[in-house]
Amino acid sequence: MLKNRHVTGWLQAAPLSLILAGFLILPIATIVTVSFWQATEFSIIPAFSMENYAFLFGSDVTYRVFLATFKYAAITWALTLLIGFTVAYYLAFHIRSQTVQIALFLLCTIPFWTSNIIRMISWIPFLGRNGIANSTLIDLGLIDAPLEWLLYSDFSVILAFVHLYTLFMVVPIFNTMMRIDRSLIEAAYDNGASGWQTLMHVIVPLTKPGIMIGTIFVLTLIMGDFITVRFMSGSQKANVGRLISNDISLLQYPSAAATAVVLLCTVLIVIGILLRFVDIRKEL
Amino acid sequence: MRTEDDLELVHLTKRYGDTVAVRDINHVFNKGTYVCLLGPSGCGKSTTLRMIAGHEDVSDGSILLQGQDIAHLPPAKRGTAMMFQSYALFPHLSVRDNVAFSLRMKGEDRATRHRAADEMLELVDMGHLAARLPAQLSGGQQQRVALARALVTKPRVLLLDEPLSALDPFLRIRVRAELKRLQRELGITFIHVTHGQDEALALADEIVVMNNAVIEQAGHPRDVFAAPRTEFVARFMGGHNVLSWNGGRYALRADDVLLAPQGQPAVVRTVEYQGHHVAMTAAMGEQEILAYVPEAAFFADPKSPGDAVSLAWEEGRLHRLEA
Repeated sequence: MLKNRHVTGWLQAAPLSLILAGFLILPIATIVTVSFWQATEFSIIPAFSMENYAFLFGSDVTYRVFLATFKYAAITWALTLLIGFTVAYYLAFHIRSQTVQIALFLLCTIPFWTSNIIRMISWIPFLGRNGIANSTLIDLGLIDAPLEWLLYSDFSVILAFVHLYTLFMVVPIFNTMMRIDRSLIEAAYDNGASGWQTLMHVIVPLTKPGIMIGTIFVLTLIMGDFITVRFMSGSQKANVGRLISNDISLLQYPSAAATAVVLLCTVLIVIGILLRFVDIRKEL
Repeated sequence: MRTEDDLELVHLTKRYGDTVAVRDINHVFNKGTYVCLLGPSGCGKSTTLRMIAGHEDVSDGSILLQGQDIAHLPPAKRGTAMMFQSYALFPHLSVRDNVAFSLRMKGEDRATRHRAADEMLELVDMGHLAARLPAQLSGGQQQRVALARALVTKPRVLLLDEPLSALDPFLRIRVRAELKRLQRELGITFIHVTHGQDEALALADEIVVMNNAVIEQAGHPRDVFAAPRTEFVARFMGGHNVLSWNGGRYALRADDVLLAPQGQPAVVRTVEYQGHHVAMTAAMGEQEILAYVPEAAFFADPKSPGDAVSLAWEEGRLHRLEA
């Protein structure tokens, strides 16, 4: 009987375990393994070596690129949080009718009906030297010459990131806010809290898990991105994703794998630190 | 005798579009009384309470406390405090910080607000759990914390929105005794919304019965129970028969209906044993009469459904209804 129950338990766990083993553990194990191999311009040598890591940690480029990636992540995170929180707050607390709430929420998702490459590229004619933004500003007499930093700059990269990923902040924050008992807001008001005090002492603390989930989404998406940086910077800026993609295009798989492993560890450490501050288990 | 701390409602009205939730209510809540707003759901009692608290806009009329119209002041400036039905404790704050919340909003320093909070927690006998989070407390304990949080603002009037409805029946009886004791000790006005007439009878110095957005009757519990003004009140308070007699409408208490050798002929419909007494319904012509027969008397001569009985009552026990 007891044995039977054990067998049943293992069988029930088997499908998910197989899927995780096949699609998560195996690929990561492969990447880790390959990251210790060696490569020359024309061949890959499956032998254990620390060469890739030694090169990675010895190179000044690595640190600069990681720093740039963190900079993109931090600035985008701050902006998406600010915009995402505001939008979610408005939807959750200022829209009384549920129909309007759902309609506005769907409205937020409309940009996601097109591919993110298209959404990115459509910024280019807008921001370009003779684009709509510059010509409008010149027509209004606000500037004399086109602004060069609008496109192919950190500005355009971050603009695209914010545009692409704000919704990932809105959704979890909105979700958490909708679960806040409305009588808490009344109780705060009854206890003499102003609107701002209610926000800072009641709503923000209770929304923290949603903020944290949104933060994890945005951080992981930006840390792993390479296409946005490539398109929006006109290949003039680098991040870790582009480092890896360059290695791959040069068939330097072991080196790409080593960079990927370091990136993975970095992201895991960042998330680990974040989770120490906020308990998101209730939200899952 | 009127005092400064009497709370007075003057032509108080609440409209939602075309529907009227509270219609032109006038009432004086005397200082230091325990008042129960009693009525079925949707009668306007909660809306009235929320208007007094300041969580619902007043459509018309005034609310007077301490010589001023508080109807348009923010809740914290009214001298009232509200205890919410679900308690509405802040889940992320400890019991102490919950109680100290209003002082924190006022900008009191930590030591002052903790001292005041601990004092209030002692009053409701929760001092030993001050460091806990609300989720770690039982329903009864959360209720006391909510009470302490409302009282820490030193209100002149405490508003309680169905405070006992979330508790199990056994706890409810214990907690209501505590509420009453606390009200006596503090000497402030408690306005307590409930739909349970037994709760209202047990607690109140004054019962205000509401129905269809108006006050049907207000008075001492005994007066309301013994002398219901309207048919609605008689039926809502329970234990009353409403019968047509000699062309008028009368209330007759079920415990005043006697099984007698001579009286009105009737046929027993149902018999329910209820411990202290037996609740018996009998068809008397068109009307159904409820009689509470004392246990000993009933079992001396037991009746079953279908038996013919004769019912009697002292003429003076018939209470004429105005409506």
